Amino acid sequence: MVELRVNGVVQQVDVEEEMPLLWALRDALGITGTKYGCGIAQCGACTVHLDGRAVRACQVAVGDVGHREITTIEGLGTPESPHPVQAAWIELQVAQCGYCQSGQIMSAAALLERTPDPSDDQIDRVLSANLCRCGTYPRIKSAVKLAAQRLQGG
Amino acid sequence: MGRLGTVTRRTFLIGSAAVAGGVAFGTYMVKRPLPNPLLDDLAEGEAAITPYVKIDADGVTLITPRADKGQGAYSIQAHLIAEELDVDPHSVRLTPGLPGPAYYNANVLKEGSPFPQYDESWMAQRVRGLMELPAKLMGMQMTGGSTTTPEAYEKLRMAGAVARETLKEAAARQTGVARSMLSTEDGHVVTPSGDRLAYADLASLAADIRPVTNVELRPPEDWTRLGRSVERVDIVAKSTGTLDYGIDLDFDDMLHASVRTNPGMGGALVSFDASAAESMRGVSQVVEITNGVGVVADNTWRAFQVVNAIEIEWADGPYPSSQGEIWDELARAHDGEPDSRNRDDGDVEAMFSDSAATVLEAEYRVPFLAHAPLEPMNAIVKASDDRLEIWTGTQIPGFIKTHAAELSGVAPENIFVYVQPMGGSFGRRLEDTYVLQAIEMALAEKGRPVKMTWTREEDMTHDYPRPAQLARMRGAVKNGEVQAYDFANSSSSVMNSWFGRLMGPLPGPDATIVSGAWDQPLGIPNYRVTGYRAPEMVPTSSWRSVGNSGVGFQHAGFLDELFVAAGVDPMDELIRLCTHDLSRQVLEELKSLSGWTGPSLGEDRARGVAFAMSFGVPMAEVVEVTSTPRGIRIDKVYAVCEVGRVLDPVNIEAQITGGVIWGLGHAMNCELTYENFAPKQTNYHNFEGMRLYQTPEIVAKALENGDEVNGIGEPSVPPAGPALANAIFAVSGQRIRELPLNKHVRFV
Repeated sequence: MVELRVNGVVQQVDVEEEMPLLWALRDALGITGTKYGCGIAQCGACTVHLDGRAVRACQVAVGDVGHREITTIEGLGTPESPHPVQAAWIELQVAQCGYCQSGQIMSAAALLERTPDPSDDQIDRVLSANLCRCGTYPRIKSAVKLAAQRLQGG
Repeated sequence: MGRLGTVTRRTFLIGSAAVAGGVAFGTYMVKRPLPNPLLDDLAEGEAAITPYVKIDADGVTLITPRADKGQGAYSIQAHLIAEELDVDPHSVRLTPGLPGPAYYNANVLKEGSPFPQYDESWMAQRVRGLMELPAKLMGMQMTGGSTTTPEAYEKLRMAGAVARETLKEAAARQTGVARSMLSTEDGHVVTPSGDRLAYADLASLAADIRPVTNVELRPPEDWTRLGRSVERVDIVAKSTGTLDYGIDLDFDDMLHASVRTNPGMGGALVSFDASAAESMRGVSQVVEITNGVGVVADNTWRAFQVVNAIEIEWADGPYPSSQGEIWDELARAHDGEPDSRNRDDGDVEAMFSDSAATVLEAEYRVPFLAHAPLEPMNAIVKASDDRLEIWTGTQIPGFIKTHAAELSGVAPENIFVYVQPMGGSFGRRLEDTYVLQAIEMALAEKGRPVKMTWTREEDMTHDYPRPAQLARMRGAVKNGEVQAYDFANSSSSVMNSWFGRLMGPLPGPDATIVSGAWDQPLGIPNYRVTGYRAPEMVPTSSWRSVGNSGVGFQHAGFLDELFVAAGVDPMDELIRLCTHDLSRQVLEELKSLSGWTGPSLGEDRARGVAFAMSFGVPMAEVVEVTSTPRGIRIDKVYAVCEVGRVLDPVNIEAQITGGVIWGLGHAMNCELTYENFAPKQTNYHNFEGMRLYQTPEIVAKALENGDEVNGIGEPSVPPAGPALANAIFAVSGQRIRELPLNKHVRFV
């Protein structure tokens, strides 16, 4: 049994300690907003926050999470009450297929938490770890900037 | 503004039929009724309707049979119906329905007709019309070929209008107020005194009256949704992680599975040793499947671990084992008999022997490319002795049903395919091998749903890629004009490979080997296009923009070489050569929008231009680059096209932009190269398309001068790669004749 704190709730999962957090979330806990894309930290679709820092859930063994707070896209905001980053994503209609967007949004939210007013270079550097096959990048960039503006009260 | 009102009314009629507790509106099929999935409980004769709108006590359901793989198909279909029906697409139920032959897609086959897409002659129209017949016979409920919007444009609005007027007629009978005095608003019929009657409450009455079919479609100036910025129906769910893709579905008692099949696609399994694997945690069973082995376990990760622990011996793949041998086959095909010669204007040979002409020759190569959508292939299947239920993202639900019946022996009427939203496709889900594998494992676990998920590695190496192609071309310039273009491309046949898996080999030449070359509206006086069919090697399939994706690069790249040799401006020469008014308007608009004055933009900066007409859409793009000390940087792209009418401006911009990025990213960075029958590229670390830091600013513009409404999911792909290659030549003098470009230049 491994104890995990996910979106503010303590959960017990009966899995091997070496199972990647991604699969514990998806298959053991049924939290499926976090996506499987590559399994080798190349696509970023599985990005979640561990104590507020963006990590690739396919690279974190559940046994290594410890007491750190896990936040997934579902814990960031909801359809009724979206996080400002999600609200910007909705307003600019970023998603096409949408499969990478949970990861994009989690990366963007973690970036803005530490860097409230990122430069183009900083956005490029952080978000280039998240692959989008549909090519939504121009709107991703615009949405990060819109969210930054909103979070700063603009 | 175009003359859309003059478009010939297509051969469909909208009618209604009673359904449990309500009424359904949709198309009557012409002549012979086909079985209808939503109305199977109705008596024969009543079943001749294909529903798009269903209203019962629970409310309004819009049925959107074209699948959504990210291109916004559900949203545009819902908005087309809603425009006439007066409902809010965000507050009604939406479903793709179950597959049935009545949802056939005639437009998919139009690309296969032997007339160029700008040819509006009587014969060309007639043959394209005839193409609707085989499509109907095949029950091709297929999503693809940028056809969703053109196919649905009139049909779904008519369905909405007939439903609206029939509901008003029902309200008229109930209230005694004449139908002409009634209006509709947000799912209600409204009387002059302001009483509001919900559609759901009128449904059973509407089912009993003759549908009102003499309706006029609302003119575009009266539209409240179409042509305006509307919110995509799935945008909130996709921004909050709450949309369930096929891979996210969960059922009680569900098992999880994964597979490994022969990396030489189609090659056999010789033997395997699962002794170590079978004792691993969570294993239910190891199942031999077609050309491989599957593992059923209690979660996906364990299934991955176990399947990778099986020792397997594979037979050779049924094609040359290495990329070098494949290139040799493609080169040899040029010495064989032509597969097609769809264009042979003037006399190219005479021009090549004209001593006053300058003759150029070149060879262009494009590689195999994976679709690699981000959601790996997956399917959930629940099997019993006489019933199959299948949940999966697919563009071909009808074919899945047929193939599932052949594989399982279950009667087709007891096979149910529930189409799920897709995490991308780009043509990948025009194949169904992954579904059949899931069925094989579910048949070994009868009574329990089995979710089969491919690892990314299985996905990347079993992708049915776009074919590698080798083009040879000659051209002649004289007196500052392009006088001759002789284009020949060799390729395995995508259509033969793909249709072979769907329903058997396709007879006749494969026009996709040369689409993007033979069918371009350019008036080069001596112009010949020849396709050579190489043997079938790696099995291939349709990849976003199909033949145009590779041919577009080859054709526009060498054309730019001819322009340079002739000493002409490439933009002005494209405009001069253009024989199609709508295409010329696109080029002229691009010239103006991009401020084109020539390829040079000063020291270390330049631009290239390319034009390609595909899927009925003329599209021209300018790519601006800077040569930096660290490599080529793409600064800005202008993309202009002609679509007839912009129905969803937010999404059209997204599709054009996405297609440009798709075209650029793969031209820059991607290839599958084969070794020992399998691609060397196994995951996104060596097949990564474009990333954010490489993404330029993109200005997209869609013109509305034409009569036909056209789809926009693919046409921005073909010109992007050649416009970039032409820009690289303009900035550096380096002419690159093979993809990916990063074999020759660095990108920053």
